[in-house]
Amino acid sequence: MASQNVDRRNFLSKVAVASSAAAIPTVHAAEPANKTLPATEARRLAPPSVAQLAADTGEARPQLPASATDCGSDFMVDVIKTLNIDYIFSNPGSSFLGLHESIVNYGGNKSPEFITCMHEESSAAMANGYYKASGRPASILCHGTVGLQHASMALYNAWCDRVPLIAILGNTLDSTKRAGANDWRHSAQDPAAIVRDFTKWDDQPISLQAFAESMVQGYKISTTPPMEPIVLVADSQLQEMELVSRSGLSIPKLSPTLPPQGDAGALREAAQFLVAAERPVILADRLARTAEGMRLLVQLAETLNAPVVDLTSRQNMPTTHHLYQNAQNRKLVAQADVILGLEVTDFWGQINQFNRIDDSSSPRMKPGTKLIRIGVNDLYMKSNYQDFQRYAAVDLSIAGDGETTLPALIDAVKSAMSDNRKLSLAPRAEVYRKMYAENYEAARQAAAFGWDASPISTARLCMELWQQIKTEDWALVSVGASEGFISNWPHRLWHIDRHYQYLGYGAGGGVGYGLPAAVGAALANKALGRMSVNIQCDGDFMYANGALWTAAHHRIPLLTVMHNNRAYAQETMLLQGIANQRNRGVTTAKIGTAIEDPNIDYAKLAHGMGVWAEGPITDPKDLAPAIKRAIGVVKQGLPALIDVVTQSR
Amino acid sequence: MPQRYALAAAALTLWACSTIAAADETKPSVARGRDIFMKVGCYHCHGTHGQGSGAGLKLAPDPLPTEAIAQFIRATTSTMPAYSEHILSDSQIADIAAYLGSIPAARSPDAIPALKSSSQHVKPQR
Ligand code: HEC
Repeated sequence: MASQNVDRRNFLSKVAVASSAAAIPTVHAAEPANKTLPATEARRLAPPSVAQLAADTGEARPQLPASATDCGSDFMVDVIKTLNIDYIFSNPGSSFLGLHESIVNYGGNKSPEFITCMHEESSAAMANGYYKASGRPASILCHGTVGLQHASMALYNAWCDRVPLIAILGNTLDSTKRAGANDWRHSAQDPAAIVRDFTKWDDQPISLQAFAESMVQGYKISTTPPMEPIVLVADSQLQEMELVSRSGLSIPKLSPTLPPQGDAGALREAAQFLVAAERPVILADRLARTAEGMRLLVQLAETLNAPVVDLTSRQNMPTTHHLYQNAQNRKLVAQADVILGLEVTDFWGQINQFNRIDDSSSPRMKPGTKLIRIGVNDLYMKSNYQDFQRYAAVDLSIAGDGETTLPALIDAVKSAMSDNRKLSLAPRAEVYRKMYAENYEAARQAAAFGWDASPISTARLCMELWQQIKTEDWALVSVGASEGFISNWPHRLWHIDRHYQYLGYGAGGGVGYGLPAAVGAALANKALGRMSVNIQCDGDFMYANGALWTAAHHRIPLLTVMHNNRAYAQETMLLQGIANQRNRGVTTAKIGTAIEDPNIDYAKLAHGMGVWAEGPITDPKDLAPAIKRAIGVVKQGLPALIDVVTQSR
Repeated sequence: MPQRYALAAAALTLWACSTIAAADETKPSVARGRDIFMKVGCYHCHGTHGQGSGAGLKLAPDPLPTEAIAQFIRATTSTMPAYSEHILSDSQIADIAAYLGSIPAARSPDAIPALKSSSQHVKPQR
């Protein structure tokens, strides 16, 4: 650090510093205001400046000399601009004032644009949703201490969800440059330490050139499968230093790493298993990043006439295709002779049944079923948090990015398929067409039960909604922590045939993902002309409802329909189960899990944040007209919320 | 964990357990059944009208016979927590069965616009 000629206070007191390291631009400092007096003395005699007042309260307020035309954070913005990062999701903070100011003034608040968030957890969840809707990584900006602690849960969700995200942290490493108590509290030796177990990489560069290189390097690491968040510290001294010249500074070009494709020999072997199989099943989880991913999966499934179970962390398979067979998951796995897992994180959980009551487990498949796994799971590299899941002993494990590997696998399958084999597989298509029609009809019949109930059934909520959005270019951007909370109605009955129409869920199970992720995704969809719809659980809403204000403030069109079952209903069920098991207190499952007495008025909360809202709706007949009015608002480019009082699931 | 539960359960069976108010032994009552169905939490998983959800099967309309319901909920399955006689009496189960039996038949999905049109739009082949 000694060679770092960066001194925030020097801008205030105009003390000269010399330049040293060649890679670092010359930093000119003006003449000291009073050479004969020690700085503290000079400060005591001078009338308090804005900066001093701020410093006395413990918050640094650095100022560049009036003559300065360039500064460290302007350069940082130029670095960020080379990466085409559209948005920086942030809640403002003093440790990154320099960068904040450069983004909005020097950078013109465009690419990146500063999105005002009301909590750092919301910032990170929005960046997550933004990526999943647009395929473009976004950034968050927060204090390296208090901000990152808030953001950490959402970073964990992004980590479990394999979402690239660039977290930029403010920090003041040089302790002699911390203005007061708050600067000390808002500084850390190693800010990224608390999230290192669930981020892929981090750095704390100590020169602007190092910042440029680390930013590009971090972006590259983050966007190479397995894609994960990375963390980069932007030291406040670097942000606030005056830059007299940029000679010696350069921004390296990004050379994206092409995702790895599975080994050709191994794919040939996999293809032979698949072609020979009588009952192959394809499981797909975090597979399709793009439209191409979905197209390729359909092609593979059709070539093999094999059913697909979409595990829905992404939309991999169109729900309209006859080989989409989620409803038959258990049966298909039980009968399979070959199971191909594509980017399936919890492969063990798919092929085994775990019994909560006695912690025992048993295989779901029959003995001798061949298991093939393709994905980047084995390239995972952290041990503390256990989202890598239980070890699955498979027969053929191929390291490679699923979407990138599909073309080679499809070619291998085609080569392994004789004309005779093709003919003998053809009748399978009819079997699955029939099964598909039966699945669909069964779901339709099931949806009719309790149709007129109040609280309103989740089937009715979902189907009244779909009825009105299906003619639009729609996207279900969030269902919170699990689509199971709404009994999977969208996947059972909606026609989801674009990869962007469903974005998965909060992968780490961290509550508070739903709304901000929806807002981030809706921001992406706004530019893409898609109508964003969010089915919002009430418990999740209360973690991060400030995200609604962000949607209102930035004019982000988003239709939010509350699944307001007035409970942390999942926990109610679990508590009911354990109380039953212990043979006591079976009428008390709502203690600590119900969100009643008082009931929360979500429409009122939304109004308070400037969002159009209606509800609570308890009569199912009122639902469709309310949805219609809300869609009218969303079509004007604004957020809208409908509070619907619903069944537990 | 399972051992701990087993011990707790064994200890509790020796102790007078807290069941909800013992039902009188008169004939099953729909109103009482609805009340019990809510109080002991059947509705969390099966829905207030027994319509079923991702967390529990459809129970009504056309419920199983009372004996079959009793048999099922006494036995422990892997996905539904069992209710022993210590926490739910036979007569309470009969009340629940009466409630489930009172739930009217569902409308045909074809008579419901939001469900009808979806069948018309099914495009099983891309
Ligand atoms: C925690 C969730 C949960 C609760 C609470 C619960 N159930 Fe269930 N129930 C289930 C599940 C899941 C199944 C399906 C079990 C299976 O297939 O093994 C089921 C199945 C049943 C069945 C069999 C239905 C059939 O057609 O086979 C009956 C009857 C039943 N439950 C009644 C009840 C009653 C009555 C209550 C309250 C006293 C209750 N359940 C509480 C989850 C629950």
